[in-house]
Amino acid sequence: MFNEMMMNDQVREPYRALVDWMDATGAETLTQKRLEAETLFRKIGITFAVYGEGGDPERLIPFDLIPRIFTAAEWRKLERGVKQRARVLNAFLYDVYHNAEIIKAGIIPADLVYCNAAFEPAMIGIDPPRKVYSHIVGVDIVRVGADDFYVLEDNCRTPSGVSYMLENREIMMRMFPELFSKLRIEPVDSYPDMLLRTLKSIAPVKCNSDPNIVVLTPGAMNSAYYEHSFLADQMGVELVEGPDLFVAGGLVYMRTTRGPERVDVIYRRLDDSYIDPLCFRPDSVLGVPGLMNVYRSGGVAICSAPGAGVADDKAIYTYVPDMIRFYLGQEPILNNVPTWKCGRPDDLKYVLNNLGDLVVKEVHGSGGYGMLVGPASTAEERAAYAERIKADPGDFIAQPTLALSACPTFVESGIAPRHVDFRPFCLVGDDIRLTAGGLTRVALREGSLVVNSSQGGGVKDTWIMAE
Amino acid sequence: MLSRTASNLFWLSRYVERAENMARLMEMGYRMALMPAVGDGNRAEWRSVLSAAGCADGFAVEHGEPTQAAISDYLIFDRDNPSSILNCFEYARANARAMRTAITADMWEAINGALMELRRAGMRNLAKNDLPEFIDWVKRQGALFRGTTDSSLLRNDGYDFIRLGTFIERADNTARLLDVKYYVLLPETSIVGDGVDNYQWTTVLRAASSLRAFHWVYKDDYSPWRIAHFLILNPFSPRSLFHCSERITNHLERLARQYGGRHPVHSAAVDTYSLLSQGDMDEIFNTGLHEFLSDFLIRNQALSSSIAETYYFGGQ
Repeated sequence: MFNEMMMNDQVREPYRALVDWMDATGAETLTQKRLEAETLFRKIGITFAVYGEGGDPERLIPFDLIPRIFTAAEWRKLERGVKQRARVLNAFLYDVYHNAEIIKAGIIPADLVYCNAAFEPAMIGIDPPRKVYSHIVGVDIVRVGADDFYVLEDNCRTPSGVSYMLENREIMMRMFPELFSKLRIEPVDSYPDMLLRTLKSIAPVKCNSDPNIVVLTPGAMNSAYYEHSFLADQMGVELVEGPDLFVAGGLVYMRTTRGPERVDVIYRRLDDSYIDPLCFRPDSVLGVPGLMNVYRSGGVAICSAPGAGVADDKAIYTYVPDMIRFYLGQEPILNNVPTWKCGRPDDLKYVLNNLGDLVVKEVHGSGGYGMLVGPASTAEERAAYAERIKADPGDFIAQPTLALSACPTFVESGIAPRHVDFRPFCLVGDDIRLTAGGLTRVALREGSLVVNSSQGGGVKDTWIMAE
Repeated sequence: MLSRTASNLFWLSRYVERAENMARLMEMGYRMALMPAVGDGNRAEWRSVLSAAGCADGFAVEHGEPTQAAISDYLIFDRDNPSSILNCFEYARANARAMRTAITADMWEAINGALMELRRAGMRNLAKNDLPEFIDWVKRQGALFRGTTDSSLLRNDGYDFIRLGTFIERADNTARLLDVKYYVLLPETSIVGDGVDNYQWTTVLRAASSLRAFHWVYKDDYSPWRIAHFLILNPFSPRSLFHCSERITNHLERLARQYGGRHPVHSAAVDTYSLLSQGDMDEIFNTGLHEFLSDFLIRNQALSSSIAETYYFGGQ
């Protein structure tokens, strides 16, 4: 297992200054700081609701004080790899909603695309501004060695967590100003400006002035509501709910105290199926009736485009390296985790015979729900899961249990290594932009590999050291 | 500004002001109850607080016997009492959370911090063992909210909706506070002017945090006439109906200028303002203070509904 901080009993170079500082500060002060951090989070109101569980509906995601650090050289590689993926995923989306060259070429099976629940027939033939479908791509990356990074999955719809990247940094700077003045850490606070520029750059054809941008939220009960309001606030744009918007004369308006006001770009944090009850789920009260018609005729831009989810499906994921070769004529900079597709008879056989060593996931699942972590499972759990796989093999993929890197973390017993992953947020519009940073999630339970906030994961600040 | 946001701002400030005024009412009840008991003991004072808070029926259904402990628990922590101080802060925060982008971080921290603290177990003990200290705490939260609003919020239409909420609610509360006198004294009007009565009138001033201000304006003449004048017609008293009406008219005028349009709500506000600016205390006492205050409460409520209609709080 790769330890982010230690190598051959030596502190790795990017962590040296931090370790010196921690030694000088002492455990007692650090514990005190930890309590301060929690109070700060609660006071600011950064919370995250967990679906389907009782207890505090506005729970805090545990924040760990010890940052996760990348050197400038490590970051350069990650940056190139993430941008490459963001570019190719958008090329793929444009292709499948137009000529489908990649299917004609026999590289991706047609049924994987067209029978996919995230594929949106209503999008066929629509040209979104700048041919961009996924404007914010969150790429989940894990590390298994000094130079071994793998992409675990892509998030092309509305990846969340960027508010933690920004707030974690705010808290760290507020608590340890001396560290930031001593070390050269790349700032992350330009993200909201970059997001605003990206959204302005995809204004629809009918927009003839400075585009009016809104963030569309399902409402204060949504688990990521804090992030929705945070981003709207940071960009200085309105945070709207479905009932605040209406369609008239082929355009979208919001209800204001001055009367109707035109809306040009909607950054929606609402699933496809809810955005327009006339086009998708008729029972949705969260969306805007008639929105898709306006979108089709170029009266409004929607970010991300409906149907963008077909690119981040776990079955499609396995083909991303092929896409990179097909559309860009390049080799992938970041590798995929080797993946067995249970829909293939040979792979299915292998998976069923090796369940104890594999991580098995539902193709359409998210948030770490419904997966089997082989080494941590009991024989009964494996047997029950095997039955589920056999019932519908095409719904499952399996990957080896990766020895995820671990980063020192505050736990009950002191400081101990815990597994981490990493999600940078790539912006796609008139340009491809990437903030030097991202969200590091940490599995707080000993030995656990599940970093999802809905399942006992925490977060850390991520430092990219400047050259 | 989104109509929904305007509505949230308006109700946010109304609930904060209501929590604070509920605390002021309790302060009055507490001080009145310290008086030597006459007849029914100090229960009458506490019952009058319930009446003024508009909570008498709800309390009777739930508790029956109006003891100080039961009443203060009902007015502070009862989840079933829509106007309890805890519920006021819950609603205020829910409104704030629904439009975090329209208020500043300072304002959010004031509202969120107040609720977090109030939810702690220790606050129940404080209210039980040291009611005056608890009342001061509530008043401080109101001051913190208004202070952060004053020092950090843009002076745009959002500011006007916040201030409208504050003054509509304050006018409502001052009128109710004065009305309490009627619940306490009637039908024993004959004792007007004796020692107990004077004490009760000055307590009304205390509850409006206006005792010292009153001294500066009227020296030590505690006649009911002057005290009522101070809280109804005096243009310098920050809690008088006249002052509230003046602020409401002013903020509505600002909205008319910003949005470039006048509506029936503007003339309704001016009507009430004229009524108060030309008001005469002799006349008010002759026609009956209670009747005057009841009429004012109806006008004030109508104004609140009219603001909502004018600026589409219910959606277009």
